[in-house]
Amino acid sequence: MSVLLIAEHDNASLKPATMNAFTAAAKLGEVYILVAGQGCAAVAAAAAKIAGAKKVLLSDDAAYQNFLAENLATLVTKIGSAYTHILAPSTTTGKNMLPRVAALLDVQMLSDVSGIVSADTFMRPIYAGNAFATVQSKDKIKVMTIRTTAFDHAPASGGTAPIENIAGAGDSGLTTFVSQQLTKSARPELTAARIVISGGRGMGSGENFKLIDTLADKLGAAIGASRAAVDAGFVPNDYQVGQTGKVVAPDLYIAIGISGAIQHLAGMKDSKVIVAINKDPEAPIFQIADYSLVQDLFTALPELTRAL
Amino acid sequence: MKVMVPIKRVVDFNVKVRVKTDQSGIELANVKMSMNPFCEIAVEEAVRLKEKGIATEIIAVSVGPAQAQETLRTAIAMGADRAVLVQTDAIAEPLAITKILKALAHKETPEMVILGKQSIDGDNNQTGQMLAALLGWGQATFASKIEKAGDKINVTREIDGGLETLGLKLPCIITVDLRLNEPRYASLPNIMKAKQKPLANMTPTDLGIDMTPRVVTLKVTPPPPRKGGIKVKDVAELVNKLRNEAKVI
Repeated sequence: MSVLLIAEHDNASLKPATMNAFTAAAKLGEVYILVAGQGCAAVAAAAAKIAGAKKVLLSDDAAYQNFLAENLATLVTKIGSAYTHILAPSTTTGKNMLPRVAALLDVQMLSDVSGIVSADTFMRPIYAGNAFATVQSKDKIKVMTIRTTAFDHAPASGGTAPIENIAGAGDSGLTTFVSQQLTKSARPELTAARIVISGGRGMGSGENFKLIDTLADKLGAAIGASRAAVDAGFVPNDYQVGQTGKVVAPDLYIAIGISGAIQHLAGMKDSKVIVAINKDPEAPIFQIADYSLVQDLFTALPELTRAL
Repeated sequence: MKVMVPIKRVVDFNVKVRVKTDQSGIELANVKMSMNPFCEIAVEEAVRLKEKGIATEIIAVSVGPAQAQETLRTAIAMGADRAVLVQTDAIAEPLAITKILKALAHKETPEMVILGKQSIDGDNNQTGQMLAALLGWGQATFASKIEKAGDKINVTREIDGGLETLGLKLPCIITVDLRLNEPRYASLPNIMKAKQKPLANMTPTDLGIDMTPRVVTLKVTPPPPRKGGIKVKDVAELVNKLRNEAKVI
């Protein structure tokens, strides 16, 4: 068994999602890590240090600077047929690119794999995580994205994998990168944070999210939001936790002013400890919370910040 | 510009799904079915492109059982010009659906295919990307804004770190995210009129597509239940519990 794992990075550093996906990959066989980007030698060096990595394949090429799906998929398809499994973390980059690879290899991909039963049998959530399917792939190569919250972080040090440079596979010319607006934040990444505090429609405004900022500063927490809060324009899209946003599973998840639609629960119900603060005692979020506080958030939030 | 919009009939997003007791799948008997919410957004966007004079004809297509006709009629009532149902009761995996859509794209020669980023049943998030690959077209997934820019289409995408804008050559594939638009409700007169619009019916065999599944579902199980929590009376008790019982702060 040999596994090709596509590393998630921003040309400067290796993203934590890669380490989670590595743990899944290592259960299947020897792990070869592909680092495709531009000026990303430091990323390859970091990948080589992951404990247990077999080899790092580095494709440093202008065509991969912005991780365009067309170009990445051509490269992965070209080298991928030598492996039994091709994996990527279930990030927007992985979800964007990997189905292209699967189609080019004529493989029915498995999305968001959350459990590995054997080399060809896997578990994955369906219906917003309201059910889990155990599925067996009949394809020769298994192509799958990995739900990062379902697997532990692989140790980032201890490995001494060799780095092999490989040629790029060209620029498709089909799409061009125009611009990017990344949300700048000094806080931990939402999907990797130990504590996440999310606000919902009950926050009332973007201005009121400052109350969450203050609490997050005290706890070193990342900030998330429900779809309602994002749709209302309180916070940017990349804050969204849920079926179609980010999936998080921190040690502590604090839901503030969130009613708890099943689409939101899909993104956070694997958190170890869930706290819900909501003035509506009937809010569905209370059914899954470990600690429920029925109180107006504008009273509870400042009080909580003071108490910590 | 001709626009093709593939749509899917799924369990309504408000339904709390239940796993069948024999673990063979999800209970679908007597469950409300609707157009996948992301597909509604795709149809709406196509209609808006037509209203702006960018799209000339909208063809809604679906792969599924006979009842998917209702879903296609809804798309027509929202503003699609006509529809094609590729009728099958077989399990339709994204790769097989993609091959059907590729065959339809060759017949209909659209310059743009707009579809939902995922369906809320299988949560696969694959079909658009797969179709782009098999057609050899460019793709922009998770779109929150679509603009014509000369002979290109600029698409703003929702990505993990924020937003990204790509320029696409035509023909292209766009998969849509939640914040692209708010779909309209089909008006009653339009629902009545939709019944008169053309809806072609064919089968995967007509298009030469093999539907044999590549993935076998061995069982479907409910998620592990969370054990019941407790109500705390005030912030002081909450902080005490988090510190001394859960030990997470």
